[in-house]
Amino acid sequence: MTLLRTLLLSALMLGASHAVALIETYDFSNPELEARYQYLSDELRCPKCQNQNIADSNAPIAQDLRRLLHQQLESGASDDEVLEYMVDRYGEFVRYRPAFSGTAVLLWLAPILLLFGAVGVLIATLRSRPKNVSEGTALTAEDNARLQKLLNTTERDS
Amino acid sequence: MSASGLQHMGSRLKLFLPLFLFVVLATILFRGLSLDPSEMPSALIDRPLPQFSLPALGADRMLSSEDVSGEVALLNVWATWCISCRVEHPYLRQLADAGVPIFGLNYKDSDAAALRWLEELGNPYRLNIADREGTLGVDLGVYGAPETYLLDADGVVRYRHVGVVDENVWRTVLEPLYIELTRAENTP
Amino acid sequence: MIPEIGHFALILAFCLSIILATVPAWGAWRGNSVAMALAPSLSVGILVFVTISFGCLATAFLQDDFSVALVASHSNTLLPAIYKFSAVWGNHEGSLVLWALILAMWTAAVALFSPQLPLLVLSRVLSVMGVIAVGFLSFSLITSNPFARLLPGAPADGNDLNPLLQDPGLIIHPPLLYMGYVGFSVAFAFAIAALLGGRLDASWARWSRPWTNIAWAFLTLGIMLGSWWAYYELGWGGWWFWDPVENASFMPWLAGTALIHSLAATEKRGLFKSWTVLLAIFAFSLSLLGTFLVRSGVLTSVHAFATDPDRGLFILVFLGLVVGGSLTLYAVRAPAVSSRVSFAWVSRESLLLFNNVVFLVATLTVLFGTLFPLIVDALGMGKVSVGPPYFNAVFVPLMALLVPGMVLGPVSRWKRDNAARWRGELLIPTAVAVLCGITFPLVHAPYNVWVALAVLLSSWLLVGLAKDFWGRLRSGSNTAAGLRRLTPGYCGMVIAHLGFAACVIGVVATSQYSIEHDLKMEPGDSRELAGYTFRFLDVGQVRGPNFIADEARFEVMQNGVQVALLNPQKRRYLASGSVMTEAAIDDGMFRDLFVAMGEPVGDNGAWAIRLHYKPMVRWMWLGAIMMAVGAFTATLDKRYRRERQTADERIGAAAHGV
Repeated sequence: MTLLRTLLLSALMLGASHAVALIETYDFSNPELEARYQYLSDELRCPKCQNQNIADSNAPIAQDLRRLLHQQLESGASDDEVLEYMVDRYGEFVRYRPAFSGTAVLLWLAPILLLFGAVGVLIATLRSRPKNVSEGTALTAEDNARLQKLLNTTERDS
Repeated sequence: MSASGLQHMGSRLKLFLPLFLFVVLATILFRGLSLDPSEMPSALIDRPLPQFSLPALGADRMLSSEDVSGEVALLNVWATWCISCRVEHPYLRQLADAGVPIFGLNYKDSDAAALRWLEELGNPYRLNIADREGTLGVDLGVYGAPETYLLDADGVVRYRHVGVVDENVWRTVLEPLYIELTRAENTP
Repeated sequence: MIPEIGHFALILAFCLSIILATVPAWGAWRGNSVAMALAPSLSVGILVFVTISFGCLATAFLQDDFSVALVASHSNTLLPAIYKFSAVWGNHEGSLVLWALILAMWTAAVALFSPQLPLLVLSRVLSVMGVIAVGFLSFSLITSNPFARLLPGAPADGNDLNPLLQDPGLIIHPPLLYMGYVGFSVAFAFAIAALLGGRLDASWARWSRPWTNIAWAFLTLGIMLGSWWAYYELGWGGWWFWDPVENASFMPWLAGTALIHSLAATEKRGLFKSWTVLLAIFAFSLSLLGTFLVRSGVLTSVHAFATDPDRGLFILVFLGLVVGGSLTLYAVRAPAVSSRVSFAWVSRESLLLFNNVVFLVATLTVLFGTLFPLIVDALGMGKVSVGPPYFNAVFVPLMALLVPGMVLGPVSRWKRDNAARWRGELLIPTAVAVLCGITFPLVHAPYNVWVALAVLLSSWLLVGLAKDFWGRLRSGSNTAAGLRRLTPGYCGMVIAHLGFAACVIGVVATSQYSIEHDLKMEPGDSRELAGYTFRFLDVGQVRGPNFIADEARFEVMQNGVQVALLNPQKRRYLASGSVMTEAAIDDGMFRDLFVAMGEPVGDNGAWAIRLHYKPMVRWMWLGAIMMAVGAFTATLDKRYRRERQTADERIGAAAHGV
């Protein structure tokens, strides 16, 4: 039984059907629509697939969504309207670019917060390091005096 | 303790930060093991069934959302091209025989094939909506048959199950909700 | 019989790894040099038995022994021999054996090629690697036995290897990737050994540096091959999808990049010791995390192996022990007080720290983005997706931040530099870069601000490096003397940084200037794309060893001259019946032309055809190869071997001193 299970599971590995680029030939009334179609079909996630946008998937649902996308663009829907339409039906899950709201705010701010945090820690660590650059490039007496003065001020400040 | 000693302890504690973060991460990963990333709740939960006007399968009349509301019921999305639908079909008949109202949404199918299927395998459905183009399917957020929606008496979507409904799914998932909704309906 | 021998050899290797994990470590603790001296022979012993085991598994595949479950589900009699061999690691169980084999190779390499290491350090390092081997071998034996039999009832023929994996790129991609992943275990083991010994010094950094460089170079090549394979094999013309499994390989790479830079400062200046140790732990932990993500099924991925929560739990426990244990050790043993060595704000040290900050933030960003859907789900807040649009938006600016540091880094001085000198050094490169940035996108119309920025940054880097290189050549009495004075370490850095510049250009030019069209074409039709005329000649049937295919013939003309003949295929594999698109690509230094076949449309012999024009896409992979070559070059440095003479004295000292 376990063997059979292993066999079945193994057969599923790498979801065997992903290799076929399903190529459709929609006619667009203008090139701008085609560009937007390509953009949006990259942004939308196929709900049933492993982890693919609807442009790359050949699952029936992805084909349906591409057809819908084409219809909506041709009937004049804006990008936001298309996204809203999809999210209404398939949930926030279909957006590969999470909307800047709710928990996703944290996701979007994370890189900036991390960067500021890391730079902050870096500066704090550098300030607390020993200040006399003694060996190697020798400092002039003047440098030393200036450094000492700087050090005193920062220490008083902190 | 001297000031430098305290400072020293502070820096020592700082070194535990990576460990702490790892513990948080490991907890999330452990939680993740018991979650199914492919399980997808419907976007329509707690929202009324979308408006539609579609022909009834095998009958010369149009159906709308009023036709499937009025009592707690299942709405089963099925098609003759769907292999898993054949698997769950006998159990749906059992449920129907036990008195659970089941409506069918015949999804992207041909009427003739669907009627033949019902004739051969039996018909658990109160009525069937013929969604030949899959328009209602899209509005419902169907991404593959079979799917089963649990509707309350007002026609509001309360739950969606993707995949085959069998004894286990019914007993552990759908039935408790079904009973709860039925009770809520009877004690207004 | 052969599979049983393989299974038995794997068990023996497991037993030896238990001894390696314990006895030498005990010896190092109690000062028992006999126990310590066992470590190298144990390491070689493990390698021997894992190699036997791997050989047996490969034999089962090559001999079509379908009574072995793994062979039955991943091979087929029609499969060409080379793919029967690579099918060994085209699945979860077999890839674990490959992982164990590579780990055994690294361990034995450390045992054999480290005559300069004191026995005390060597035994600790090998013991740590023994612990990792125990984890992976038990994982393989307990949850994923590759030799399980299908008896009785062995099938007459196998299920076939997934056609996607029947590709030359996939023969070497996993081994290279694992060389990188597992290679970081060496840096990790050195770091743990240093923490255990309580001596974090420059010699520790010097020992682990070449190993880290080599592991990083392999990982770079592995990722590059994966990207290249996706590009030509998946048929979509994409080369990076920010899929969880790709991210799982990319995070150790980012952390590893920070590590090799931080090691430079630790080796040369004895600085950032605790930090470097932490990065070494971090890089390998991310490799392990990658294993967990790929094999546990907590995230959905196109590339995931057959997943199983039991396996996930096993790796998670192992991950907890190894990472949790090492981070606890770190918290207890790492020097809390920053080193006494000092440096100024304006110095090479500061620039390296800045590099580390950027790479750390990039790593954490990718980690957070990858796990975000899982976190949200674990908190019961629904299902979300984080995909390429997010990662591209946050990752690209972070990488752009690196460039100024990369221009300044090579020309800056250790300890203390001065801002006026930096300004002087930057003047010419900046002027040239701005000029290039403004003019280049004008030449290659239409003007595109992203391409302008990429050209600006890359040429800044290029001119900065060239100027520095030239300056060093001139610093000798003559050019030849100057050339001799260039160290392999310096040359490696220049090559790798130029590779980065090439990558930037490739990535940005491809994503901004690519043109893609899906068209319906009949034989005889012609289409224009970016100045090329694609003419669809005809469709024929071809037969491969284990597939039949429709093959289209395309002629590509530019200015009336034939540039290429392209033959994309649509294959049907006989054993599995799966259909595959084989794109045809005319590659070039400055552009790729890409044709893929879809389905036949209508009755007139028309086909759905995808045409791609991809400018400078090769630069990306070329850049990655240069980075790897640079890392290899840097390990040739004499000082990693010069240590050998003094090492003998150290061994003597260690033998007496402990």
